Amino acid sequence: MRRSINMAATVVGIAAIVALAGCTTDPSVTEPSEGDGTTEEINWFDQAVFDTQNAQRDVVPEGPEGQPYLQYIDAEMVDTSQYKVDGPKKVCFANASISNPWRITGWITMNEQLKVLQEQGAISEMETRDAQDSDDTQIADIDYFIEEGNCDLFLISPNSTAAMTPAVERACDTGKPVIVFDRGVLTDCPVTFIHPIGGFAWGIDTAEFLIDNLQEGDKVVALRILPGVDVLETRWAGAEKLFAEAGIEAVDYFTGADPAEIKKIISDELAKGDVNGIWMDAGDGGVAALEAFEDAGVDYPVMTGEDQIAFLNKWKSTGITGLAPVYSNFQWRTALLAAQKIFAGEEVPKEWVLPQKPITAEDLDEVLAVNEGMPDGHYATFGGEDLPGYPTVWQERIVP
Amino acid sequence: MSDATTAPAFGTRALNALRVLISPRGAVFLLLAILLVAITALNPNFADPGQFIRFVQRVAPIAIVAIGQYFVIVSGEFDLSVGSVIATQVVLAGNLIGQDESKIVPVTLLMIGVGILIGLINGLVTTLLRVPSFIVTLGMMLALLGIVYYVTGGSASGNPVDSFREIGRGGIRDVPIFGIIPWAVIILAVTLAVAILISKSPYGKTLIAAGDNVTTQRYSGVRVWWVKTSAFVISSLSATIAGILLVGYAGVHPSVGRGYEFIAITAVVLGGVVLGGGRGWVVAAAAGAFTLEALFTLLNFADVPSTWRDTIQGVIIIAAVAYSAVAFRARRKGRAPLASPEQGKASESAPADPAPHTTSMEG
Repeated sequence: MRRSINMAATVVGIAAIVALAGCTTDPSVTEPSEGDGTTEEINWFDQAVFDTQNAQRDVVPEGPEGQPYLQYIDAEMVDTSQYKVDGPKKVCFANASISNPWRITGWITMNEQLKVLQEQGAISEMETRDAQDSDDTQIADIDYFIEEGNCDLFLISPNSTAAMTPAVERACDTGKPVIVFDRGVLTDCPVTFIHPIGGFAWGIDTAEFLIDNLQEGDKVVALRILPGVDVLETRWAGAEKLFAEAGIEAVDYFTGADPAEIKKIISDELAKGDVNGIWMDAGDGGVAALEAFEDAGVDYPVMTGEDQIAFLNKWKSTGITGLAPVYSNFQWRTALLAAQKIFAGEEVPKEWVLPQKPITAEDLDEVLAVNEGMPDGHYATFGGEDLPGYPTVWQERIVP
Repeated sequence: MSDATTAPAFGTRALNALRVLISPRGAVFLLLAILLVAITALNPNFADPGQFIRFVQRVAPIAIVAIGQYFVIVSGEFDLSVGSVIATQVVLAGNLIGQDESKIVPVTLLMIGVGILIGLINGLVTTLLRVPSFIVTLGMMLALLGIVYYVTGGSASGNPVDSFREIGRGGIRDVPIFGIIPWAVIILAVTLAVAILISKSPYGKTLIAAGDNVTTQRYSGVRVWWVKTSAFVISSLSATIAGILLVGYAGVHPSVGRGYEFIAITAVVLGGVVLGGGRGWVVAAAAGAFTLEALFTLLNFADVPSTWRDTIQGVIIIAAVAYSAVAFRARRKGRAPLASPEQGKASESAPADPAPHTTSMEG
């Protein structure tokens, strides 16, 4: 009797583990919760978007020199004079989460920018609600802001695209300005939508780099964090297409960003045969990938990682042929600067496409100098080097 | 069980050996052999001693965790917290040792202390407060995971000094044939030897008996609470050792150790250890870990699309465990004495065992 109870307990326990494993997804991405849970295979590749992003990579951004967080690509400007107000105003920020190092870096930068804008008298305060990666929580947060927030502007970093659209529309209906950044929503009611070029641009930059540095028939191992997240899937969809066209043999694995898993995968691949290139959809774990080559005693691969400090340092110390694509972290700063512009009645881009320039070998020393002393989880394109707290706030990584 | 392959291929001895191999306790070795042969067939490089020793190095942390889990499961409990214990220890090592070699010894001692403490809490709450162990250790798993995420902010936070990582990454170099004997392999061998000694000791037999029938044990004067608690301590200490190896092998990341509880429990079950306690062999549990990892490697070598791997793993695991369950039940129904391997100490400690359970299973 006791044994059968224990058996049942085990089944429940293991089910719980599996469920929990699903919840604790990798920190550097958040779960997508697209409303329509289709079971058929989704094709993430979209030729039109691919072409647009491909072209935007080569556009010289407009805006002030040396301030990438204020630059924009292919912008259609909109008039905001209707929102012009006097005196410092209150911003309400519905944040998806700060559950990964990329978001933490951005959140720190944003708070430093906030201090400056408060001193300048543009913003009185910013009330923030953290949805902790939950659609439901974020909808409640936005509704709270609408009802009781006494907000002069809504700043929204959506947790997911489809689910958040109605709540964003409700915020627009208040007549107060709405700014959306990072992930998008399915409505154009916000005054501006701020984001870097996108996942296909990442895929094109990285794939072209590997193709240029490898021969036809060479093998690339693609280390992907997890399936189903649009910002990550588009990176791979873009790269995969180019690899196929160039005759590069690319195999992809899901790693959960677990360095032990990454090492295992690379070891197995090296046991099978030569690995000439490593492609990553996010840089977390890049160091472990290179260490697997060291442990196996073979030459380093050509590699694309991300602008995370751990990878940049390893790149520098090993001298690999590398590239660090970026998902411009400074957009967190842009969001507040856009609020300042709107309060001042200055025009802003309707879709504010920020530059997304990968870090190349030529830039590496300069980027590392700017980011000297930063912790491993820091992102080099944080864009806060002209803010008062630089560099200690980021070095000590004090999360506000 | 190795005599199965070396024994003369005739007569009753061979027949017995065959029976052992298809019995649940031997099946894991058979499965492991099949997987290794399949891997080698797909990729002959794998049989190269240098490659093979790297495979053993890689499996070492998982095998060590499975060995620890064996003691808990055989005593009739579960330890779901091992993965989080690993993550905690990895983060402790990364944050406290940093680049300062002089801190290696004190921090290692601290990690061992933390491991013992976690095991004690798991064990005492389970035995003295009578909370089911999977609730206790599930709570521990979540609590530790929360702390780890709080401390690290979810990302890698600086690896400890290389000399500490050498334990998991390095080894004795320039060894003939193998090229390198990783420290991890040596640590695994020592852990396994200690585990065999423990399970052969009177304590080990008491532990199995405690998993088999608590009431009998209480009547015969065994301090069941202490026996079970010490099994939890062994488990979290083994997770600590695995953490030390993994921080070297992989580096500091909050995801290190993720899923280890699942892999360890599966490995132990694959090794023919009965959930609910009372039966098992620690070497088979370690072999279960090797079998699982060999399976994962085979899937890699077979170029199975990444999206399909979890499914295939799951199906194979269910099949293996179901086979073990069916085979055990068949044996309980009367053919038990035939297939019990001579090495298994279960045959010594479990004379009173089959009867009560047969009735309860069929009743």
